[in-house]
Amino acid sequence: MKVILDQDKCVGSGQCVLVAPEVFDQRDEDGIAVLLDPDPPAGRHAETREAARLCPALAIELADS
Amino acid sequence: MSRIVVVGASAAGLTAAEALRREGYGGRLTLVGDEPHLPYDRPPLSKQVLRGSWTPDRTALRRADHLDGLGARWLLGRTAAGLDAAARTVTLVDGEVLGYDGLVVATGVTPRSLPRGHELAGVHVLRTLDDALALREGLLTAASVVIVGAGFLGSEAAAVATELGADVTLVDPLAAPMIRQLGPLVGDMAARLHTGHGVRVRTRTGVRRLAGEDGRVVGVVLDDGSHVPADLVLVAIGSTPSVGWLTGSGLALGDGVECDELCRAAPGVVAAGDVASWHHPGLGRLRVEHRMNATEQGTAAALTLLGGGRPFAPVPYFWTDQYDVKIQAYGLTGQEATFRVVAGDPAEGRFAGLYGRAGRVVGALGWNMPREARTLRRHVTETTPWPQVMTPAGG
Ligand SMILES: Cc1cc2nc3c(=O)[nH]c(=O)nc-3n(C[C@H](O)[C@H](O)[C@H](O)COP(=O)(O)OP(=O)(O)OC[C@H]3O[C@@H](n4cnc5c(N)ncnc54)[C@H](O)[C@@H]3O)c2cc1C
Ligand code: SF4
Repeated sequence: MKVILDQDKCVGSGQCVLVAPEVFDQRDEDGIAVLLDPDPPAGRHAETREAARLCPALAIELADS
Repeated sequence: MSRIVVVGASAAGLTAAEALRREGYGGRLTLVGDEPHLPYDRPPLSKQVLRGSWTPDRTALRRADHLDGLGARWLLGRTAAGLDAAARTVTLVDGEVLGYDGLVVATGVTPRSLPRGHELAGVHVLRTLDDALALREGLLTAASVVIVGAGFLGSEAAAVATELGADVTLVDPLAAPMIRQLGPLVGDMAARLHTGHGVRVRTRTGVRRLAGEDGRVVGVVLDDGSHVPADLVLVAIGSTPSVGWLTGSGLALGDGVECDELCRAAPGVVAAGDVASWHHPGLGRLRVEHRMNATEQGTAAALTLLGGGRPFAPVPYFWTDQYDVKIQAYGLTGQEATFRVVAGDPAEGRFAGLYGRAGRVVGALGWNMPREARTLRRHVTETTPWPQVMTPAGG
C-alpha cells in the first residue's frame, strides 16, 4: 500500500493522527499532516484505510501495490 | 434487502453508498441528486473556489472511475418530490416511482433567504458550486459588499471578499461573529481579526430589508434605520433542513429528519448528514452541519440499514479558515459552555482551550494551534471534570 498525502488539501483536522498515529503526524506550526510511513506494513492497512475514509478534506489517497 | 435508494448525492449520501458496498451489499443501489454535477465537496466553495485558487474540478468528491466502481444507478439533476413510507416508494418530480427496501435520506440543508428584497439582482446565497461561481464573478466587479450573517459561512466569505479587494461590511444581530458556535471570547477575537483586515463589523444589528433600484440591490437597511450601500449582498443567515419532499410521509420532521440513536427514521429508512437530527447517546438530540459528520453519519446510517448499526456517538468536529487563521473545534463549543484558554496566548494569535459545561469538559478549540487542539480533544472523549482543567492559565 502506498499513501499519498495532498498537503495543499489538508485542513489540519488531525483525524488521521487519531486513527493511525504510526502513519500520520501533524506539523507543529500549522497542523498540516505529515506522512510518517508512506508504505505502511499490512498490520496498519486497516487503520490507514480508515484515515483516508475519514479525512474531511479528502487529502489522503491510497494506491494498492 | 435488494433495493436501496439514496436521496441526496453529496457527502453523506455518497459515503453511505460506499459503506453499503464495502459491507457487502450486492443489491440494486440508486442515487438521486437534484444537482446536475457529480458529487463535489462544499467546504472549498467559500475558500479556495471563491478565492480562485482552485478550479471547480478540484472539489470532486471522487474520481469518475471510482464512482463507476460503485455499480450504482445515478439519477442526477432529478428531484425527489415525495415519500410513501408505508408503500416504500419515492416519487420523483418527473413522475418516476422508485420502490425500495432501504432508503437513505441525505438531502442536506437549504440556505434561508431574507423576507424582503432577496429577489433583487446582486443578492447571493452560498451553498452550491453554481452559487460559489456566481458569487465569485460578482465579487470580482463589486466595489462594496455587505454580508448579512456572521456565522462561519459569512465570516469566511468576508475574508475572501476582502482579499479580493472589496470593501466589506459584515452585519449580524448577535454581539460578535461566530459567537453562537464558539462563544464570546473567540467571537471577540474573530471581530478583531476581521476589523484588522479592514472589514466593518456591524454587530448587534439586524437587517430590516434590502434596498433596490431597477431590480438591482443598492444597499441594506439596518434595524436602526441606517443605510449601508452595497452593489453585492451575500445572505448567510443559516439554513433549514431540506425536508419539503418528506411532508406527509409520516416521518417525524422537527429540526430535520428525527432519528433514534441508530439514525433510524422509520422502518427501512435512515437519515444522515446536515438533514438528520438524531439522539446522540452522550449529548442528547443533535443536528450537525459539519463536513466530518456527513462522512461519519453516512457510514453509521448505512450499517444500520444492513442490520449492523451501533449507537452513533461521534465527537463533532468542525474547522474554518479565515485569512491566515485556522480554527479547529471538537465537541460542543457553543456559547452555552464556558471557554478557557489552556495553551498559547490570544494576544499572540495562537491559542487552544477547552469548553466546560455542567462540571465536565464538552469541547476543545484551537486558534492557529491545530495540533494542540487535537491533543485536547481527549478531554472531550473522557469528559474530564471541569475543575481538573481549571488550573491557573497556561497550566
Ligand atoms: C460554502 C460552504 C462551506 C463549508 N465549509 C465547511 C467547513 O469549513 N468545515 C466544515 O466542517 N463544514 C463546512 N461546511 C458544511 C459541509 O459542507 C456540510 O456539512 C456537508 O456538505 C453536508 O453534507 P450532506 O451530504 O449532508 O448535505 P449536502 O452536501 O447539502 O448534500 C445534499 C444534497 O441533496 C440534494 N437534494 C436536496 N433535496 C433534494 C431532493 N428533494 N431530491 C434530490 N436531491 C436533493 C442537494 O441538492 C445536495 O446536493 C460548509 C458548507 C458550505 C455550503
Ligand atoms: S485527516 Fe486529512 S485534513 Fe485531517 S490532518 Fe489528516 S490529512 Fe489533514
